[in-house]
Amino acid sequence: MHEMSLAEGVLQLIEDAARQQRFATVRTVWLEIGQLSGVEPEALAFCFEAVTLGSVAQGARLEIIRLPGTGWCMACSRTVPMNEVFGECPACGSHQLQVTGGTEMRVRELDVT
Amino acid sequence: MCTTCGCGTDDVKIEGGNAGHGHGHEHVHADGTRHSHEHQHAHEHEHRHPDDPAHGDTHETDEGYTHSHAPGVSNARRVQIEQDILSKNNAYADENRQHLAAHGILALNLVSGPGSGKTTLLCKTISMLAGLPVAVIEGDQQTSRDAERIRATGAPAVQINTGKGCHLDAHMVGHAMAQLKLQDDSLLMIENVGNLVCPAAFDLGEAHKVVVLSVTEGEDKPIKYPDMFRAASVMLLNKIDLLPHVEFDVDAAIGFARWVNPQIRVIRLSATRGEGMGEWLQFLRDGLASAVAAKQETVDSLRQRIAQLEAQLASMPAPG
Repeated sequence: MHEMSLAEGVLQLIEDAARQQRFATVRTVWLEIGQLSGVEPEALAFCFEAVTLGSVAQGARLEIIRLPGTGWCMACSRTVPMNEVFGECPACGSHQLQVTGGTEMRVRELDVT
Repeated sequence: MCTTCGCGTDDVKIEGGNAGHGHGHEHVHADGTRHSHEHQHAHEHEHRHPDDPAHGDTHETDEGYTHSHAPGVSNARRVQIEQDILSKNNAYADENRQHLAAHGILALNLVSGPGSGKTTLLCKTISMLAGLPVAVIEGDQQTSRDAERIRATGAPAVQINTGKGCHLDAHMVGHAMAQLKLQDDSLLMIENVGNLVCPAAFDLGEAHKVVVLSVTEGEDKPIKYPDMFRAASVMLLNKIDLLPHVEFDVDAAIGFARWVNPQIRVIRLSATRGEGMGEWLQFLRDGLASAVAAKQETVDSLRQRIAQLEAQLASMPAPG
């Protein structure tokens, strides 16, 4: 979903950092993308390549770190893994799960010169 | 350049103004809350990526990784960013939300697939709320047809054309809010681009996302597009007057919505026939009353604080 906007958001954060921290080239970009964030890594990589043309991040390697989906099962009172936002508890089958992790969409760090 | 909405790069248009640049108002940019800093490694360590940098651009890695630097060879370094990709949008959304709160305005973000009846619902809502000030922001890729329909009811409306964009973002909405000159103690209805996917991720500064599902669609939309139904606090089940003519299982639809979002409130209505509109209008009136009360509380507490400070000043001995 909306990977183009997200790619533009990533580029904007990179360009802000480039101005503040004075670097001219980005070699690698590390993103943290949660498994429940609805983001398609392949689509994001494609859009990233397109939006960074002519920018400090042109040709940069994109490393996508997938963070696992987790939820709090109200029935079991514990954290369980979730593969989709409306997943069921693998232990008790309940759908009363609150997502606690896996919705992240963050720029973690950059390797720059 | 504003890459949040792409203005300056593509063709976002806001009626009566232009999102592409020359801003008429200020934004608090996310820079204020930035906490990036330089981070130089003083040692070399081994590259342990499982993948070969020579192949392609995307690599999924495990969370733990190491990376090598060769200090002194070049000024290669690692820069910590640690920022949400949507942080710019969220900063604009916070700014919109503060403005709305300070003026006692209840803002709702109406989302749905195309053709669920959002504009008709808005027109009916405005005419049934006669006397209560309502302003509308209309989002569509092209045309100002929806804004014209709203203006025909007498309510002020601004159309945002997102061009190629598939959703409204908080920056565009901030521009449109300025254009509308919103009244204090009023309702602001934001009709998002008809799309059950992308608008889910973009906070506009609204009090609630309201998702509209009509009975001419599939009842399984809540589990096909779970992000949207999870982001919404209210689901309006529209066009219920057509139930005798369509195969739509109301209980299943509500069940799917609650499966994705156990807290979601469901209101069944027909915008064209009026059935269920009373509950929806009451929801709006209650929400507006809370927004006005919250504003008043802030004003009252500020007045109290001013009175306290004035009393303190008065009791201080005169200088000299």
